[in-house]
Amino acid sequence: MAGLLEVKQLSMDFGGLRALDRIDLQVNKAEIVALIGPNGAGKSTFFNCLTGIYVPSSGDIYFSRSLNREKERLNGLKPDKITRKGLARTFQNIRLFSQMTVLENVMIGRHCRTKTGIAGAVLQGRSSRLEEKQIVDDSYDILIKVGLENMVNDLAENLPYGAQRRLEIARALATEPALLLLDEPAAGMNPRETTELNELITMIRDQGAAILLIEHDMKLVMNLSDRIYVMDYGKKIAEGNAAEIRHNKLVIRAYLGEEFDA
Amino acid sequence: MDYFFELFLGGMTRGSIYALIALGYTMVYGIIGLINFAHGEIYMIGAFTALIIASVLAVAGMPDFAILALATLAAIVYSAAYGFTIEKIAYRPLRSAPRLSPLISAIGMSIFLQNYVLLAQTSDFMPFPSLIPDFTFMEPYAHIIGSSEIVIFGVTALAMAFLTVLIKFTRIGKAMRATAQDQKMAMLVGININKIISVTFVIGSSLAALGGVLIASYIGQINFYIGFIAGIKAFTGAVLGGIGSIPGAVLGSFILGWTESFATGYISSDYEDVFAFSLLVLILIFRPAGILGRTESKKV
Amino acid sequence: MPGFSEIKKAFLVSLWFIFLTFPLMVIRINPYENLVSYRWANLFLVGGATFFLSLLSDFYQLKKKETALNNIARPRPKFHLHSRFKRPLAALGGLLIILFPFFFSSYQVNIMTTALIYVVLGLGLNIVVGLAGLLDLGYVAFYAVGAYSYALLNYHFGLGFWTVLPVGAGLGALFGILLGFPVLRLRGDYLAIVTLGFGEIIRLILENWNEFSFGPGGIADIPRPSFFGLQMSLTVSTIYVYFLMIAFTFFTVFVVNRLQNSRIGRAWVALREDEIACQAMGIDKTRTKLTAFALGATWAGMMGVMFAAKTTFINPASFTFLESAIILSIVVLGGMGSIAGVIIAALILILLPEYFRAFADYRMLLFGATMVLMMIFRPQGIFPGHRQIYRFSPERGVEK
Ligand SMILES: Nc1ncnc2c1ncn2[C@@H]1O[C@H](COP(=O)(O)OP(=O)(O)OP(=O)(O)O)[C@@H](O)[C@H]1O
Ligand SMILES: [Mg+2]
Repeated sequence: MAGLLEVKQLSMDFGGLRALDRIDLQVNKAEIVALIGPNGAGKSTFFNCLTGIYVPSSGDIYFSRSLNREKERLNGLKPDKITRKGLARTFQNIRLFSQMTVLENVMIGRHCRTKTGIAGAVLQGRSSRLEEKQIVDDSYDILIKVGLENMVNDLAENLPYGAQRRLEIARALATEPALLLLDEPAAGMNPRETTELNELITMIRDQGAAILLIEHDMKLVMNLSDRIYVMDYGKKIAEGNAAEIRHNKLVIRAYLGEEFDA
Repeated sequence: MDYFFELFLGGMTRGSIYALIALGYTMVYGIIGLINFAHGEIYMIGAFTALIIASVLAVAGMPDFAILALATLAAIVYSAAYGFTIEKIAYRPLRSAPRLSPLISAIGMSIFLQNYVLLAQTSDFMPFPSLIPDFTFMEPYAHIIGSSEIVIFGVTALAMAFLTVLIKFTRIGKAMRATAQDQKMAMLVGININKIISVTFVIGSSLAALGGVLIASYIGQINFYIGFIAGIKAFTGAVLGGIGSIPGAVLGSFILGWTESFATGYISSDYEDVFAFSLLVLILIFRPAGILGRTESKKV
Repeated sequence: MPGFSEIKKAFLVSLWFIFLTFPLMVIRINPYENLVSYRWANLFLVGGATFFLSLLSDFYQLKKKETALNNIARPRPKFHLHSRFKRPLAALGGLLIILFPFFFSSYQVNIMTTALIYVVLGLGLNIVVGLAGLLDLGYVAFYAVGAYSYALLNYHFGLGFWTVLPVGAGLGALFGILLGFPVLRLRGDYLAIVTLGFGEIIRLILENWNEFSFGPGGIADIPRPSFFGLQMSLTVSTIYVYFLMIAFTFFTVFVVNRLQNSRIGRAWVALREDEIACQAMGIDKTRTKLTAFALGATWAGMMGVMFAAKTTFINPASFTFLESAIILSIVVLGGMGSIAGVIIAALILILLPEYFRAFADYRMLLFGATMVLMMIFRPQGIFPGHRQIYRFSPERGVEK
């Protein structure tokens, strides 16, 4: 099995705090992988290292957008370079462009796959006009996909919570990722929204992208994931499919705390 | 060697004054993350108030030591009052606004205060009486170091000690540190943030007033514009040492003072301000956290 | 009607300000003759003014609360000019612009040209501050680069206005990139200070490096813009420069308008809102900022050339921090990102002190107050910007 993403011995230190301790992780093509663990385990930190927002202290991240290509080392690259290489993400604390419309938010996602520059913008020649129209059309298509087409013209900040989370996904999809990182996409969603999210994630996978998912909603995780990694205090403590994880002693202890021993 | 020593002392004198102003920048920045652009003007207003009160008292025929004491006191009271008022009017309403809004407001305030003093008083340089007397016990050393310099060093050291004690050991100091670290948490544990921020402005402004009186008396003249340049330079000192850090502000200010003194002494006096500004640009580019500051990574 | 508590508060506020302003406003000293005089009238002036302002600010806050409540119920309809009136109004405006120099004196035309230079400078800075959210306090440095390019290139090599115009723009851009490259990764407030420092360094160099820039004395006898080598009288030349500036203004509005509604413009606005999210969307932060910064500098460079050609004399005193502050207050007053707002604000801030002499002394005082008050009471500016918002209807495609 060859992975799209291979992480080897990844560590991250904040001053004296070791937030990630020699993590190994792999994501294969068209796979849904979950990363779970108690609060403060270092899951978001792991995403931040993958996407270049933090520079990891040691270890390697290898990624390629298709299996035919040689993998590249991502450590130390700027976040925008990494996104261009096909790794997009959402944020745990929603970070939409709140003063822009839903459509514009997705249009920003198209930025890195289009190229009109200053001259094109000012002169508005044929190609830049076509490209602009294409950006709008593509963005609209993506909004249909995530089910936000009724809100295209609303300001992002006026959207209900669940819709904002889906807009983050739409915006990430607009960058044409081969691997999509979702940081707690179901947080704050009601059961119906969570079911819809479940369908959306499956659909994204079926269309060819792999997904790495951080989530506290265990039902969703168990439903969706092909494989699950469990972290605690920056360390990977378990790895396996849903059934294996459910019965893993270390995992149960990590979630229920020390009193479980006593 | 004599020339070197002279420059060294000169640099230390400048550094002390910058330090007194820089402390205000660093305290305010530490607590609300704002570059208080109008801080230089508070220092200037302190110097002007001292000059005005000293003149009134001199005309009334008061003895010199009383003039010195009362003028300094008036400068401190007034600078503190201005600092307090400015925070309330121009910064407090903007506490939850986008980061650049209070900065623009501060720039506006700085320009406003400069022109307020210009219009209310004069645009000319005003002679400032040398309030600090020449001590007789200093006479044998007068060729090495003047009384003014001794007083400037002494006052700076005292101010520093006072501030350290205040912040490390008093209740209010603890509350200030808590507020600086996390305003929301501080509020939750019952700290009155508005009061703490006001106190910070009052203390910072008082120190600036001291600096204003000392330098005015040392140099012998002031005008409405002295706050702008001194403000930027003190800010440079604060950034150089690591903004938010109190020992850093002092260290940075002394380094800046010496840099200026030696550069003007050995290279060229035409470019006095260029040295300071270049230092500012270079630190911000190469080590924005300063000497004692920590580089912090923002949590995402 | 203000109630008792408001009046009491206003009274206390005015007492506080009387105390605060007493030494500076009331006492007047003459240190040379040891004289002290008191200006008691000022005391009452301050007391009255602050009493009144306190009531006004209370009233404003009350009204703001009320409108906020009302707005929940019904959104305010936007003011829209009926399209039937648009054309005649534009025609009338055009006619006024064309006829203006023929009905007013050279002096007036000159003032208007100056105001237009500020309009264009404001629009240029608006790209940097308003759209991209980069607080540039050293904008005037690029203006100086343009002005000195023309003055020096003309002095040494006899180059003309039209040759130097693109050179000035290019040098502005070059300086923008050279400065922007290292500093644009800094946080917003540090960026402001670095640009301020840079602006002052440029001015101090111009002031002290006599062999290069002729020092504080400046450079005189800079030729006005030429028109195919035609000889022009002073009056004709003034009118010619006026029309050049009109053309420049239209050109700038056109360019800025197209830019802000483009892929690049969207990226600027997004960057202003959230840098980290922007990077995660694959937008190269440094490059996008640099584009905005350099573009702003280009416009400043161009206007510098224009300024030198218009006044025929330049010296470092024209390029102080206060000049940057004036341009910034134009952008702040007009509304960040608002083209129409910036134009109106520039005309107000520059023309008002010219025509009402009483204002002239209080000019900088008012600029400072404007910045503070706008940030507190109306951060979106007098005329908030309408970035073209993309309205989309599936049947008809985009509507703008
Ligand atoms: N920029 C930073 N500076 C210092 N410490 C940090 C930083 N970012 C994260 N940490 C620390 O690293 C640890 C892991 O945090 P992280 O956000 O990755 O946890 P998490 O697993 O995502 O938790 P949650 O489920 O609550 O989102 C925490 O102790 C956190 O305080
Ligand atoms: Mg997390």
